[in-house]
Amino acid sequence: MNQVELLSNPAVRPASLEEAKAQGLTADEFAHIHRILGRTPNVTETAIYSVMWSEHCSYKNSILELKTLPRSGSRLLAEAGEENAGLVDIGDGWAVAFKIESHNHPSAVEPFQGAATGVGGILRDIFTMGARPLLILNSLRFGPLTEIRNRFLFDGVVRGIAHYGNCFGVPTAGGEVMFDPSYNGNPLVNAMAVGVVRTNKITRNKAKGVGNPVFYVGSRTGRDGIHGATFASEELSEDNESKRPSVQVGDPFAEKLLLEATLELAQTDALIAIQDMGAAGLTCSSSEMSAAGGMGLDLYLDKVPLREADMHPWEIMLSESQERMLLVAEAGKEDQVLSIFAKWNLECVEVGRLTADGNLRVWQHGDLVANIPADTLVLGGGAPQYRRESEPPAELDELARFDPLSLTALIDPGTALLKLLANPDIASKKWIYEQYDQSVRTNTKLEAGRGDAAVVRVEGTLKGLAASTDCNGRYVRINPRLGTELAVAEAARNVACVGAKPVAVTNCLNFGNPYKPKIYHFFREAIAGMSRACRELDTPVTGGNVSFYNETNGEPVFPTPVIGMLGLMDDVSRAIPSSFRSSDDDIFLLGSASGHGLGGSLYLKAFHNTVAGALTPVDWQAERYLIELLVESASKKILRSAHDVSDGGLAVTLAECCIIDQENPIGAHVEMSTAGSRTSVLFGEAPGRVVVSIKPEYRDELIYLANKHGVPLRQLGTTGGVRFTWKDEFDLPVSAMSDLFYGAIPKLMAT
Amino acid sequence: MLSKQPIDVVVFPGSNCDHDAFDIIGRMMGHPVTEVWHQADDIGNAAAVILPGGFSYGDYLRSGAVARFAPVMDSVVDFAKNGGPVLGICNGFQILTEAGMLPGVLMRNSGLRFICREIYLRVERDDTIFTRRYIKGQVLKIPIAHNEGNFYLPEDQLDELEANNQVVFRYCDRKGNVTPEANPNGAARNIAGIINREGNVMGMMPHPERRSDPLLGKPDGADLFRSLVDHVNGR
Repeated sequence: MNQVELLSNPAVRPASLEEAKAQGLTADEFAHIHRILGRTPNVTETAIYSVMWSEHCSYKNSILELKTLPRSGSRLLAEAGEENAGLVDIGDGWAVAFKIESHNHPSAVEPFQGAATGVGGILRDIFTMGARPLLILNSLRFGPLTEIRNRFLFDGVVRGIAHYGNCFGVPTAGGEVMFDPSYNGNPLVNAMAVGVVRTNKITRNKAKGVGNPVFYVGSRTGRDGIHGATFASEELSEDNESKRPSVQVGDPFAEKLLLEATLELAQTDALIAIQDMGAAGLTCSSSEMSAAGGMGLDLYLDKVPLREADMHPWEIMLSESQERMLLVAEAGKEDQVLSIFAKWNLECVEVGRLTADGNLRVWQHGDLVANIPADTLVLGGGAPQYRRESEPPAELDELARFDPLSLTALIDPGTALLKLLANPDIASKKWIYEQYDQSVRTNTKLEAGRGDAAVVRVEGTLKGLAASTDCNGRYVRINPRLGTELAVAEAARNVACVGAKPVAVTNCLNFGNPYKPKIYHFFREAIAGMSRACRELDTPVTGGNVSFYNETNGEPVFPTPVIGMLGLMDDVSRAIPSSFRSSDDDIFLLGSASGHGLGGSLYLKAFHNTVAGALTPVDWQAERYLIELLVESASKKILRSAHDVSDGGLAVTLAECCIIDQENPIGAHVEMSTAGSRTSVLFGEAPGRVVVSIKPEYRDELIYLANKHGVPLRQLGTTGGVRFTWKDEFDLPVSAMSDLFYGAIPKLMAT
Repeated sequence: MLSKQPIDVVVFPGSNCDHDAFDIIGRMMGHPVTEVWHQADDIGNAAAVILPGGFSYGDYLRSGAVARFAPVMDSVVDFAKNGGPVLGICNGFQILTEAGMLPGVLMRNSGLRFICREIYLRVERDDTIFTRRYIKGQVLKIPIAHNEGNFYLPEDQLDELEANNQVVFRYCDRKGNVTPEANPNGAARNIAGIINREGNVMGMMPHPERRSDPLLGKPDGADLFRSLVDHVNGR
């Protein structure tokens, strides 16, 4: 190829600094690329670097912090970041692949497709490892539903998740939703998927074997989602609408075909490595697979199946069209691969070959349009890593000094409880989860709304998997380190409430712009809190996702490090629901409050419009003991129900126990003195507490086990009747509580 | 004398409840069961055929509208014409109506949203090969999970359907009362499941296979599959 021909192809024209900057690269980064290549990168190469070095793909502003998290454990079959998802050994030849990921920015612009493709992306991460997805959860945050734009986003996101998961055929059976004005214009849409795989059939992403063919499989490549990864690495503004082309369009049917074909291929010995084309599409999958295996790759764009004939090389390389995978097969076994994908009616085309030299070489019309050492593109290789400036915001001290006990109660306790039950943070999320298929594939033991965590059976075994997502953004806003510890503690407690032992964590870190030192302070502190918490619980962090730039017109969302906790139980039939089950059962409180628990509480926000106050620290020894007690008493079938005390405090928790089983509500009579601080006892959110109910004949055994595990307990009362009565405080008809709890969100959405 | 003839579960590429039906027949009922690919030319020596739930070919057009043209459907139609038992669940019911094997259409739910919830069903007939183990008037609690379950027929044809005693299941409240409130999707006369006049082809929107394993809840759906297995075993 001579110089004249070179210049005739616009794809190989040297890029200018301005062009690099327009794609999100800094002047330093552009200069660094020049040093790596020993020449000015051409426009195609610049586009490739710009997406691979974007925050979304490179984790450049977070990886140094993420590396401080506990990432190893005896059960882990892959280190965090090493594979597409975390991988946990659950014994008897089974492993669990699980991960959570954000799709916030696309959902802010186009909620239906944004959320749908978020689900699609996380599902591919799971079946890329050879695992069949068993369960989806969603952690969602929106601005208040009193605003029409937020209702539009909320409705679209829920429909999008339903559309994708229902058609694909995986139960969407858990998660949580919270509302706060900080999420106006920038909702959080985090999707978590859990799958299972035989340990000897796990597929990996390391490309191996010079001369092995590289196949492109799945849907065709179009112009959708170009620079999606870069878009995810910018703040949102009023100009969002112009970013609509950055949002992809999902096809769950194509994904279902891709799942079945991939799992069928994983059973053969023809497959060497596979990775999905998610963010940064062909670029990311080709460079990461080559770099992971220390290989080079010759990629021929003329062979890539396209939706439009005249696409530029950088468009093909950057497209984020959905439902596509890249795989390396063993040379000589091409026919096996082709026949499987033909059976499922999917495109399957050989687009390249592995080489020994470590370079990603991209060809089009016989021209070499990009020639880049693959390793220099990827996280852990040559992608930049920065430690950003961090500065504690001055107001944190002030927030901590605020004393909630200095406030006088504005309303009586019964009225407060009823109002909290109708608060969208507390109110039933039935409106949401009824739109999700929760029982497809007949493994769901506890659907959404029934237990503190979702529980599914591992098919063909007695084992159960429990999963919960948690994060109270108010807590993290007030004290990022402790707030994140509390998120981990709650996630673990939720999993333990259904009877499962917490085993590992995935996380989705939603923050503002990391270049702002105050934002970065929140991020660093959150990581420190998560580190502490996960070490205390021996639940290593297996991976996850960082989503920065969650800001609208310069205003950040509450820092929201969502924790996805995975729990394991030996016998899924022992799973414990949250709701009271029958009359005349004893109600016990396990654990005790070590502070007023009103700092950052929903009570303060709802009735005093305040997000402030010191948080109650986590007593990690007490949390561990509580978890052990819950797991043992569930396995011994002592518990009828278990529900942790969180948003809204003890009064709300007990009320929920009465009405969570909507068809069979059961009242309760509680005698517990509120002397000292009524508000704190009723509505304080101090951690480390769980409300359980038992048959009276198990009282001695529960007390024995609690003593054995060193967990304080006290009897609160008994179940029964049609009223929830708290002696000297309130006496409410269960039906009134139920009407408010189930009616709140439908009522808001009907306006 | 137990039949060695398998019950076939037809697998369309977008089926996602195929596996659930397969599991119930094979593991729970202990009856031979075979998956039949949508492009198969015939259904072999099947004793019965199940069209499972899911999204057959994505159902971006109308649910089941493409599936009725699947190669395997010709032999399913012939099988039914010769009296072979065919059960369509959810998407399977939609396919049976699209193929003209059952009357009516399944329109979008009246609320225009996908609905997944446990509902109550009143058994209207206990004399079919699918429901012999139930008692007429019995109330079952099993889930629905669909976007298009709003059964429609013109009034005169509904009258005919009822006159021929073709309604097998109706949505009801927990006490068995057929009320508008108990109707989740707007289905005409609360109809959840119907059978053809010959009594060998039944379609229903709810998912009995999701309430057949006692592990997952009270197994109200199991007797439907037991009835079918009894029938193919000549009991």
